[in-house]
Amino acid sequence: MLRIRGLTKTYRGGERAVDGVDLDVPRGQLMALIGPSGAGKSTLIRCVNRLVEPRAGTIAVDGAPVTGLRGGALRVARRRMGMIFQEFALVERLTVMENVLSGRLGYVGFWASWLRRFPQSDVDEAFRLIDRAGLGGMHDKRADQLSGGQRQRVGICRALIQNPALLLVDEPTASLDPKTSRQIMRLLVELCAERQLAAIVNIHDVALAQMFVSRIVGLRAGRIVFDGAPEALSTEVLTEIYGEEDWNAARDSEDDAGDAPAHAAANRLAEEAR
Amino acid sequence: MSAAARRWRPPPLIANPWLRLAIYGGGALYLALALGTLQVNWARVAEGLVRGWAFIAAFGNPDFTSRWGEISEGMVESLTMTVVATALGVALSLPVGLGAARNLAPLPVYLVCRGIIAASRSFPEIIVAILFVKMFGFGPLAGMVTLAFATIGFMAKLLAEDLEDIDEAQVEAVRASGASWPQLMTYAVQPQVLPRFIGLAVYRLDINFRESAVIGIVGAGGIGATLNTSFSRYEFGTSAAILLLIIGIVMVAEYTSGIIRKRLQ
Repeated sequence: MLRIRGLTKTYRGGERAVDGVDLDVPRGQLMALIGPSGAGKSTLIRCVNRLVEPRAGTIAVDGAPVTGLRGGALRVARRRMGMIFQEFALVERLTVMENVLSGRLGYVGFWASWLRRFPQSDVDEAFRLIDRAGLGGMHDKRADQLSGGQRQRVGICRALIQNPALLLVDEPTASLDPKTSRQIMRLLVELCAERQLAAIVNIHDVALAQMFVSRIVGLRAGRIVFDGAPEALSTEVLTEIYGEEDWNAARDSEDDAGDAPAHAAANRLAEEAR
Repeated sequence: MSAAARRWRPPPLIANPWLRLAIYGGGALYLALALGTLQVNWARVAEGLVRGWAFIAAFGNPDFTSRWGEISEGMVESLTMTVVATALGVALSLPVGLGAARNLAPLPVYLVCRGIIAASRSFPEIIVAILFVKMFGFGPLAGMVTLAFATIGFMAKLLAEDLEDIDEAQVEAVRASGASWPQLMTYAVQPQVLPRFIGLAVYRLDINFRESAVIGIVGAGGIGATLNTSFSRYEFGTSAAILLLIIGIVMVAEYTSGIIRKRLQ
């Protein structure tokens, strides 16, 4: 399904964010990508849909190359890949429906999209997804009126309405509280199973990842250092990925996860105050 | 037992105490010397005060009637100039502003557009008006072109700054869906900048109205010309009437633009 060979990305300054990564993700597999901040997780998934331009290597989805495409061909390739973001990345001043329908922009022409005249089949699908994600009746609310969990549900709808073969998920729960995080992960797992989607999920919360995914890949300094089942993720492996730490103590306390949402909430407040 | 209290003061703006003293001292000295060179002719001031008082007194007794024909004609001309100039200037500022946003435009386009903005902003309206009056002759056409020209610089600069401040994550998300460039602009960028842009356009409308009164004095048409005539005829009642009308219209514009901006947020 997704086939990555020798993927390398060098940023200005020369350090290799992604360094010779080979990775295959079969249809229907939910794969978690873990690793410390700066290990290259975000860069890797952004190379897949070419939001970031890789320096070397090839990427193919269903046998069709993504690397080397330009203009319209690249946009067609991007339609096959839905993306879900850490801070949701909804267009704040658009409604839920407009945000969801923006996932169809690769399929409709400029004037139709500008006048919001999407094909009825798209609108039907949007309503279906909004209901499925538990947001029934909220389609005309503006995105900035929603809570974090609701926003991420909109983000998921927007990715799925693209009718993708592959989902690229960048820290979907880093801005959410622990309970909402689990709900969002559960929704993702269910939807991927329903549609037989392959998905790469970047995630910091190792325990959460182990709970929901069938395969974990560990990235350190741009290289894959672990690839296996969640159960195989031993203390030694975690040390190899993240470095020395008392892993059992960390696993016992879920409180650590509380820091990230608090930080994100503070950021959001700062945004609003501007 | 307690440790010695640790004193704290905010760090000074200029770290070096000698430099600090030199700059503050020099500033104070220059101010004193500058004040010393002012030569005030108190007799002339006293004389002017009387005339000024006559002018202010006229506000209590504004004369709308005796020159009403000229006043209303000037007002209509000014309003026409203002609306046309604002519409034209705002429309032209869109591509210029877009080109002047470093995150959206390639470098050559950026430099050209920043150049246009700099040219438009570096001359005050009155000087541009004098130039256009020479080019197009007396009348509202020169005034309209002047205001449109000034509007481009103002709107394009502020639009470009807003565009450079947009949330890139929203743009990235829409790009990831396979959107084309125009779709990217209308879905991810436009919603982020439109409310403020409309607010600024309404604000510019009332700036243009006020400016139309000023540039009329150099012959660019509108109420300014009427105002200037009334001053030179010492018809302070008429001048006061015109000024009161300008104040009224600006206040209405201010109030309306406030409502519009609130609605858009």
